[in-house]
Amino acid sequence: MDQKKSTLDLFHDLDLATELRLGLPGSNDQPEIIKTSLSGNKRSSSEMGSSTCTDEQESRFSPPTKEQVVGWPPVRSYRKNILQVKKTDSDTGSGMYVKVSMDGAPYLRKLDLKMYKSYEELMKGLQVMFKCIIGLYSEREGYNGSQHVPTYEDKDGDWMLVGDVPWDMFISSCKRLRIMKSCEARGLGDCV
Amino acid sequence: MVDLVESVDSDLVSPESNPTCPFPDEVLEPVLSLINSHKDRSSVSLVCKDWYNAERWSRRHVFIGNCYSVSPEIVVGRFPKIKSVTLKGKPRFSDFNLVPEDWGADVYPWLSVLAKAYPFLEELRLKRMAVSDESLEFLAMNFPEFRALSLLSCDGFSTNGLKAIATHCRNLTELDIQENGIDDLGGDWLSCFPESLTSLQVLNFASLNSEVNFNDLEKLVTRCKSLRVLKVNRNINLDQLQKLLLRAPQLTELGTGTFTQDLVTRPVADLEASFGNCKNLLTLSGLWDTNSLYLPVIYPACASITFLNLSCAALRSFELAMLLMHCKSLRRLWVLDTVGDMGLEAVGSWCPLLEELRVFPADPFEQEEVAGVTESGFVAVSRGCPKLHYVLYFCHQMTNAAVATVVQNCPDFTHFRLCIMNLGQPDYLTNEPMDEAFGAVVRTCPKLQRLAVSGLLTDLTFEYIGKYAKNLEILSVAFAGSSDLGLKYVLGGCPRLRKLEIRDCPFGNAALLSGLTKYESMRSLWMSACNLTLNGCRVLAKEMPRLNVEVMKDEDSEDSQAHKVYIYRTVAGPRRDAPPFVLTL
Repeated sequence: MDQKKSTLDLFHDLDLATELRLGLPGSNDQPEIIKTSLSGNKRSSSEMGSSTCTDEQESRFSPPTKEQVVGWPPVRSYRKNILQVKKTDSDTGSGMYVKVSMDGAPYLRKLDLKMYKSYEELMKGLQVMFKCIIGLYSEREGYNGSQHVPTYEDKDGDWMLVGDVPWDMFISSCKRLRIMKSCEARGLGDCV
Repeated sequence: MVDLVESVDSDLVSPESNPTCPFPDEVLEPVLSLINSHKDRSSVSLVCKDWYNAERWSRRHVFIGNCYSVSPEIVVGRFPKIKSVTLKGKPRFSDFNLVPEDWGADVYPWLSVLAKAYPFLEELRLKRMAVSDESLEFLAMNFPEFRALSLLSCDGFSTNGLKAIATHCRNLTELDIQENGIDDLGGDWLSCFPESLTSLQVLNFASLNSEVNFNDLEKLVTRCKSLRVLKVNRNINLDQLQKLLLRAPQLTELGTGTFTQDLVTRPVADLEASFGNCKNLLTLSGLWDTNSLYLPVIYPACASITFLNLSCAALRSFELAMLLMHCKSLRRLWVLDTVGDMGLEAVGSWCPLLEELRVFPADPFEQEEVAGVTESGFVAVSRGCPKLHYVLYFCHQMTNAAVATVVQNCPDFTHFRLCIMNLGQPDYLTNEPMDEAFGAVVRTCPKLQRLAVSGLLTDLTFEYIGKYAKNLEILSVAFAGSSDLGLKYVLGGCPRLRKLEIRDCPFGNAALLSGLTKYESMRSLWMSACNLTLNGCRVLAKEMPRLNVEVMKDEDSEDSQAHKVYIYRTVAGPRRDAPPFVLTL
């Protein structure tokens, strides 16, 4: 008990940022919020508020979003490396299969993008698979001279015209392919 | 446990020996030599001076949970005849890059003392220690009877250090290299094992990336007839694995290499037969990149398997289900969350004897909403596996009700580690904090020893923990709590708490100081990115001289903030090898 007293005495000398509450634990009124531990912490820059917080919780201790936090989630580096190696390692033959749909076709197909080294090869492959003819690509006008236009969905969920970006960039961002009918595709090439 | 040295010295070792102790040493020592648990040995040593002495002479293995809690000189002074040492170094959060490099835990100072005191040392097991090639070379050259080396989560060495071990340790029975920060300069270390080495029982190099010479590996496996644990790395392909299995059908633990191939040179049936030949397999791991075509080859070996580690194989639900149908004896299962809730339902259906489940995230840093496992998979497992007592579960969503159901189905939890990966995530159905989930855990599971909490948590969670978790020894907390009360509740309860690690919580000096008297009964306390100041830590250091209160300075933060604090009991005083950024108060 004596020890406790002297400790309490020491409190008066300290520059404490905390404040003791006299309230039932777990009560709903907003607790006095101590300055967040993330301020001044350059390593894990705090972006206040995450999409999972409700309005009530907004003013509470709002943790930063996932990608800015060091060491979160608590997965050991060894485990991170395994998965990354797995993703980029194509030597084990895992392939890069994407779904391909063609307007009017009853079912979808799957295609291994790793089998192709260029857009030309990809177009040939698509034409063989779907027995269609895809026009010639030009930067200004997109695909001309055929009834079909190849498009793809990228990582952001946007539908893009195949051929605008370098091949390597394309295969790393392509999630699925769709061969559209030309008449529907008009306007895609006009997008900025 | 070596941590209790000082209390023994001061409290029980009196000048006059106890006259009523009837057992002469010749009787006592052989009896005590049968006692292996270090906790039991600690108790034995506290009985009286004679027992203390008999115990210290008969101890062969010493376990040091915190390398800074005691000095090597004190250890060798107390225990004259040690054959096996286990040493743990850095705080656990160093696994997640929260501890700067060059923090310490260098094994070399230990080795130089051990070499003089225990020249016939046989085993060394290190966890989270800094190990240099020089240390490994020193080890290889100075301990002629050395047999077993295990390195888990260590860093600082390269494959050159392994070369020294392989070359010079003539009696090596165990080389177990797991999950280390190793500089992989090539696989030629394996070829350094001499032709005369036939004693190997355990060889684990699964976490090394470079290719070893397969011929040398095959020859090594062939001549080591007692080999029971073999875990190879990813570069070993299926054909090579088959050859190894032919040479070592007696294996009890197998870690495969890559478990798929483009060019099939041998029918799958042959590989299946090789697995069928391994009648003693208890543990299976590796299985990198496996798929529906190749996974079935392990079915013949599955009936006896008790531990299946699929955490390197991104299986889908139906692949896991098909596999588990063959695993009647399964007790421990590690999977990736690619198996989904459906995969976990299969676990519940096919593994009634399951005691441990770990579900790791396949893409922990993926920003888009990835499929994974949810609360329903968790509940499904608990329904089918009443013996479940160890869980590590990474997910994106959870509910209080689900956790309550899980612990109702499985009240025997000893280890409950739940990681809701989105920070501060409430119960996604009710939008309430996850307090009631962990309240249910601590109320329903009296045997709980280890708990990791996550999600949106208020002080209420900690009130529950402090009140109900009577057997809790290890607690991990991140981004939780509302005020000092949270930490105060825990420090005021949890009588058995040994290790407390906290990051990014609003706990300040008042909370820290409320645990003054508790820290000497604990191994360590870690607090980072909380609300501690240097002054608060100084008060603690002044009041409790037998604790080391270490503050790690962050270059960018203000001077008064104590950004990372590591507090531990010690009989060795402040450490002499602290780097400039570690301030011992």
